[in-house]
Amino acid sequence: MTNYLDFEKPLAEIEGKAEELRALARQNEEMDVEAEAAALDKKADELLRELYRTLTPWRKCQVARHPERPHCKDYIDALFTEYTPLAGDRNFADDHAVMGGLARFNDRPVVVIGHEKGNDTKSRIERNFGMARPEGYRKAIRLMELADKFGLPIVTLVDTPGAYPGKGAEERGQSEAIARSTEKCLQVGVPIVSVIIGEGGSGGAVAFATANKVAMLENSVYSVISPEGCASILWKDAEKMREAAEALRLTADDLKGLGVVDRIISEPMGGAHRDRATTVANVGTAIEAMLQDLSKKKGDRLVAERRKKFLDMGSKGLAA
Amino acid sequence: MNWISNYVRPRINSIFSRREVPENLWKKCDECGTMLFHRELSENLNVCTSCGHHMALTPRARFEALFDGGVFVEVDVPEPVTDPLHFKDQKKYPDRMKSAQKNTGEKESMLVAEGEIGRTPIIAAGQDFSFMGGSMGMYVGNAIIAAAERAVELKRPLILFSAAGGARMQEGILSLMQMPRTTVAVQMLKEAGLPYIVVLTHPTTGGVTASYAMLGDVQIAEPNALICFAGPRVIEQTIREKLPEGFQRAEYLLDHGMLDRVTPRGDMRDELITIVRMLMGQSPAIKGDLPAPAPQTAPAEEAAKE
Repeated sequence: MTNYLDFEKPLAEIEGKAEELRALARQNEEMDVEAEAAALDKKADELLRELYRTLTPWRKCQVARHPERPHCKDYIDALFTEYTPLAGDRNFADDHAVMGGLARFNDRPVVVIGHEKGNDTKSRIERNFGMARPEGYRKAIRLMELADKFGLPIVTLVDTPGAYPGKGAEERGQSEAIARSTEKCLQVGVPIVSVIIGEGGSGGAVAFATANKVAMLENSVYSVISPEGCASILWKDAEKMREAAEALRLTADDLKGLGVVDRIISEPMGGAHRDRATTVANVGTAIEAMLQDLSKKKGDRLVAERRKKFLDMGSKGLAA
Repeated sequence: MNWISNYVRPRINSIFSRREVPENLWKKCDECGTMLFHRELSENLNVCTSCGHHMALTPRARFEALFDGGVFVEVDVPEPVTDPLHFKDQKKYPDRMKSAQKNTGEKESMLVAEGEIGRTPIIAAGQDFSFMGGSMGMYVGNAIIAAAERAVELKRPLILFSAAGGARMQEGILSLMQMPRTTVAVQMLKEAGLPYIVVLTHPTTGGVTASYAMLGDVQIAEPNALICFAGPRVIEQTIREKLPEGFQRAEYLLDHGMLDRVTPRGDMRDELITIVRMLMGQSPAIKGDLPAPAPQTAPAEEAAKE
């Protein structure tokens, strides 16, 4: 069963009717409903196009958080071979909100790191909904150092509501861990490419996305604060998330306009979750292109370019 | 109305009646409630004379007490694009800026200066919590980059006093991008082999803590300063339990190994002089209240000669 978002309700009704008709026909072989059902399919398809042609920023947030959206693990399983997870920060624990290790991407060995949200109640709890603790960032730092030492490119997949706001996380230095991870991203002499596959939530995302090239799926979002958080602070009302999502400029188009994102990866009609295989393949194509762009560059040039990119960022605002 | 405004104020007003009298002669300590006379309080660097509570101190007031003879030269900070996102919540961002500028008399939430402390040339950057919560936007990024570049140019250490609620939401993703941007500035100092000292003051939270404020060679905090990534309220809502006493305060962080030192404001200047001079391989410090450096040896020239 499809998991519909609130704004997809009219669509759910039409698709539900078509499904109902077909179910009836299965029970009663004399009934011929195909013409009618096909008409409903067509109507549903038109409505889907209409809805997704003009997604508001808030609706994009909803699509980006869709439970069936492909997550980090789906990309690793489909796009990488010989994935060998490497665990732990060598200090305290292994954070399951962050997955990573050695793998091959189109045959070349790489280090892949990403946030994993989980796809059912059990795995979501185990993955802490993709909210990393300091151990997660410290594991990432360790993996980046490994990549740097052996000259392997780094691919990061970003999908987190943000770093975990918990007691232990704070005691073990959440802010320091994020700061060091961002710092490590800026230091390594190997290519780093990053894809925002779902939610790019604040500092927790930057710690992985300080990359030479950053791509973003069409309906992903990347923001300094969640629209709900922003609304409760600036509007004093968390229900004003639609306005906040609008004001924050968190969509792929706006971020490309601001120079934060280098490339937008298109999603199938109706969002990544409606055709996961196509989405995963599109992301694979983008990663390959970004790695190829960087493959000829030497370490110091990669570092220098990465720094310049972030130093120059924001030198121009959005066009009026 | 209380006895102070009814009785003490009119008396004091009559004493000073022929002079310009500041609006608030008395300030109440946020911690112990003692009424403190403004001059005594500012002479004590806004530390309560009764309970030792550290109240907010603007970068300008801090620098006047920090630099020899209170003399410093402001370092120019390149102006960023105003309102890059055309941000509007209940108020327009440029209107919020204007009212913050009017209330504080400052241009933005960070002040960068060069000068000498105990005859030790330094660059200092101070964040102003009274200006939109000290929030980090493009200007703060530019200020830290300007401070680092100036420090590298003059081969001086950088001392940064942090105070911020976090990133400036009105600059959206561009405020978030100040995390890597300011980290590049810290790297410039590291590569030049120059000390970068962070003094964390109350409060330092969010994206500021998760970038330049946690990357110092030496991390010092003022007593009882709140230092965190996620604020206590957010954590209580997430984990639904009461947080321990003193959680996320400077002393708690010191106990958990997240800081080098917690130092009262009154001792901070001497301590900074001592540390910086050792890291810079200079002779032991000249402390105490020093007059401004002699004008003929302007700090910039002196450094150039070295």
